[in-house]
Amino acid sequence: MERRALFGGKVLPYSLLLPQFAIVVVFFYVPAVQAVWQSMLMQDAFGISTEFVWFENYTILAANPEYYRTMGTTAVFSVLVAFLSLSSGLLLAVMADKQIKGATIYKTMLIWPYAVAPAVAGVLWLFMFQPSLGMLAKALRSWGIDWNPLLNGNHAMILVVLAATWKQISYNFLFFLAGLAAIPKSVIEAAAIDGARPMRRFWTIVFPLLSPTAFFLLTVNIVYVFFDTFGIIDSVTSGGPAGNTTTMVYKVYADGKLGSDLGGSAAQSVVLMAIVIALTAVQFKFVERRVQY
Amino acid sequence: MVERETLLGRVVPHVVLLVGVCIVAFPVYLALLASTYDAATVQNGQMSLLPGSQMLENYERIIFSGARATTREPVGTMLLNSFLMALIIALGKIAISLISAYAIVFFRFPFRMAAFWLIFVTLMLPVEVRIYPTYKIVADLGLLDTYTGLTLPLIASATATLLFRQFFMTVPEELVEASKIDGAGPVRFFKDTLLPLSITTMAALFVIQFIYGWNQYLWPLLITTRDNMQTIVIGIKKMIVTQDALTEWQLAMATAVLALLPPVLVVVLMQKLFVKGLVETEK
Amino acid sequence: MASVVLESVRKVYAGGVEAVKGISLTIPDGNFTVLLGPSGCGKSTLLRMIAGLEEISGGTVSIGGRTVNDVEPSERDIAMVFQNYALYPHMSVYDNMAYGLRNRGTPKDEIARRVADAARLLAIEPYLKRKPRALSGGQRQRVAMGRAIVREPAAFLFDEPLSNLDAKLRVQMRLEIRKLHNRLKATSIFVTHDQVEAMTLADQVVVMNGGRIEQVGTPLDIYRAPSSKFVATFIGSPAMNLVSGTVVSSDEVALADGSRLRFDAAIYAPGKGAKVEVGLRPEEAKVESAPGPQLPKLLCDVTEELGATRLLHGTLAGEAFVLALPSDAADPGRTIPVSASPANVHLFDVESGRSLRRSADV
Repeated sequence: MERRALFGGKVLPYSLLLPQFAIVVVFFYVPAVQAVWQSMLMQDAFGISTEFVWFENYTILAANPEYYRTMGTTAVFSVLVAFLSLSSGLLLAVMADKQIKGATIYKTMLIWPYAVAPAVAGVLWLFMFQPSLGMLAKALRSWGIDWNPLLNGNHAMILVVLAATWKQISYNFLFFLAGLAAIPKSVIEAAAIDGARPMRRFWTIVFPLLSPTAFFLLTVNIVYVFFDTFGIIDSVTSGGPAGNTTTMVYKVYADGKLGSDLGGSAAQSVVLMAIVIALTAVQFKFVERRVQY
Repeated sequence: MVERETLLGRVVPHVVLLVGVCIVAFPVYLALLASTYDAATVQNGQMSLLPGSQMLENYERIIFSGARATTREPVGTMLLNSFLMALIIALGKIAISLISAYAIVFFRFPFRMAAFWLIFVTLMLPVEVRIYPTYKIVADLGLLDTYTGLTLPLIASATATLLFRQFFMTVPEELVEASKIDGAGPVRFFKDTLLPLSITTMAALFVIQFIYGWNQYLWPLLITTRDNMQTIVIGIKKMIVTQDALTEWQLAMATAVLALLPPVLVVVLMQKLFVKGLVETEK
Repeated sequence: MASVVLESVRKVYAGGVEAVKGISLTIPDGNFTVLLGPSGCGKSTLLRMIAGLEEISGGTVSIGGRTVNDVEPSERDIAMVFQNYALYPHMSVYDNMAYGLRNRGTPKDEIARRVADAARLLAIEPYLKRKPRALSGGQRQRVAMGRAIVREPAAFLFDEPLSNLDAKLRVQMRLEIRKLHNRLKATSIFVTHDQVEAMTLADQVVVMNGGRIEQVGTPLDIYRAPSSKFVATFIGSPAMNLVSGTVVSSDEVALADGSRLRFDAAIYAPGKGAKVEVGLRPEEAKVESAPGPQLPKLLCDVTEELGATRLLHGTLAGEAFVLALPSDAADPGRTIPVSASPANVHLFDVESGRSLRRSADV
């Protein structure tokens, strides 16, 4: 990234960086450090005195079965959303990549859900599956399913998974489509001459060549499920019923909101930070691999 | 034409894509439908798959007076708040990222790489992981319920800076050299050469960041306490009272339609820029 | 091995564009045929129709006596080398070559034997375990050829395979392809826009233009007896000079400035007074030592020295003209009297651009 032709001077470049830096320091680094600091403090029951307790908040967290339950919920939620949205995005992309009439119209009709806010997406799905008046909820009842996401944890989970998947398909579709377009047509033609039938061609040529895109999307999807689905969960279930849809991010928010356990909430934030850093590192490894093909 | 043109091969993609389009569109269609019925029909689940007759009344009421149950704020105000927030965030991000990327790519100064990493690391600190400390800082600065508080913390963006950096790296060095020979200093070069070259990149970024700003949820939820500062995405959530039969679903759905329409229009109308922005910010 | 026969083959795209306008051609068993033409002339489309990658809109393609219009590419018993090689980036060199055989259910030891043979032939044995991205352009080219060879197909199809190589490597690979052909004697169809590749590789050259065949023949036929102005100027470098003239006798043509050139009456029999275009190759025009009253004069304004030859650019009878001389020839000055052996003077119809030979179809 070294360049020959550069401008000199110091005042100008520093002043150009100043606005970005001011915001980054005040709103990113200071709060992050405070989160770490806070995670080592403990307040008494009345919020009068605060004590420095080293890693006690973390040990409490590690001994808390509820926190493991939250982790499990997050894992289930992530795996389901990532699997469903990746596979349907891939299926649609493979179909739209064929030279058929109206391919561009299909493309437009499939990408717009990206623009819908997670919270709004949640409300749309809640309306369809609202037990008393939702159109699809009524259909389920008429088939004899006692559908109630407000009381049944599994139903609630299904609902947030569907809403989160719905919103993410367009993103995966778009990237798979770009990945497919990047495969040289002649490679597919060579495979056809080499006697590979369409299905075999897909699994031996197209799919391996898409795998860098798929890995990249997997990490992006996990980040999405971890953080961006907050709005969906808050609007559809508020983490309920009985904490069945409380993800790790939602718990940070909920625990801190009640104001009772700022230290525990901060400790959870730090755990999340570690997860994001790990995910980013993994993503960069794959991005590098992607460049090589 | 690697595959033979069989009837099956011709029909299957259309069927799959049509099913996909229907599934994707159905929730929004249903919201649109609900927004055209009166409260009782929706409340009793008696909607049909064809539009009702209350559309104008519902939208007029929601935009100018607001829903009854919880927030009384007219959705018109919320739309304005959302629009201002999205606009400030998008423009602000572009402005500060553009100049900081310019400094990092085109200047040589002490701690240049440190500056780059300082910005880069913020990628790993999404607002969700530092939420209460950030809230406290904004509160201490007296910025709750202000547009500044709503937007400023969201304006710093490593993605936008990285995108501009990447684009600047593709600008041929000869261009800088030619400008120098023509007697242009760094400011002139930026204004006369770099800025015109960056227009498409800026536009693509604007599309993405406008959507990002419009769809913000967690941050405005914390920062806004007064109803007249609410954004529409927050407003709609507050209209839904899960345990309560008082939710006016036809109005909530009208609000949902209004909340998703602007960003969706941006995507559909500026599809090329949107795709470019999306693909490039993820590189 | 097999012959390839095309009968009135046409390609019309969905938008109504006719890329190939009825081509009939026979490529005999073991023959190396080059399809030559400028970009957009339909040569690649024709090749892709033979391969089965492009649907045939009209006419028939047969390989080894079997009509293959509705046969899958994989069932046509052909192999193809692509312009960008189209190697499978995620497979090793060995797997790239073995892939087609595996798809056909060839036994493992047979695959190993064939790949080893091809690798030896192409000198790529050291790279069998590498991925394509770890190879140089020339090595990738060899792997692409190896992938074709292991299949032992009835016909090899080449789609501009040398155009991505640098100049030096291109010359070397050209020679190797010809050597390989001499050994394998496989029917080969080679598409290129490079006349030198066509001249050096082909048994039979097919010059195409605008979706039609302009001329079919051996490289020398095409060079010596071009059947049209298009072929005459497309083959040979620098291109053949064209000057307008009028036939004044059974073996003489007058140019605009009144000067004259003799042609061979045994080859051409144009009507007296006919307007024609006179073709003369730069390397076949001769410099006369003394000016004559009827000799055309080249008014030279630029000289290009190429080392072995020298090109004299200027005008002759008011039209642009180039003359090629050996570099060791004496400097002829600025005004050069030019003549030509009658056998080297070509005549073309002004309207159609066709050659005015007695049997122009040769």
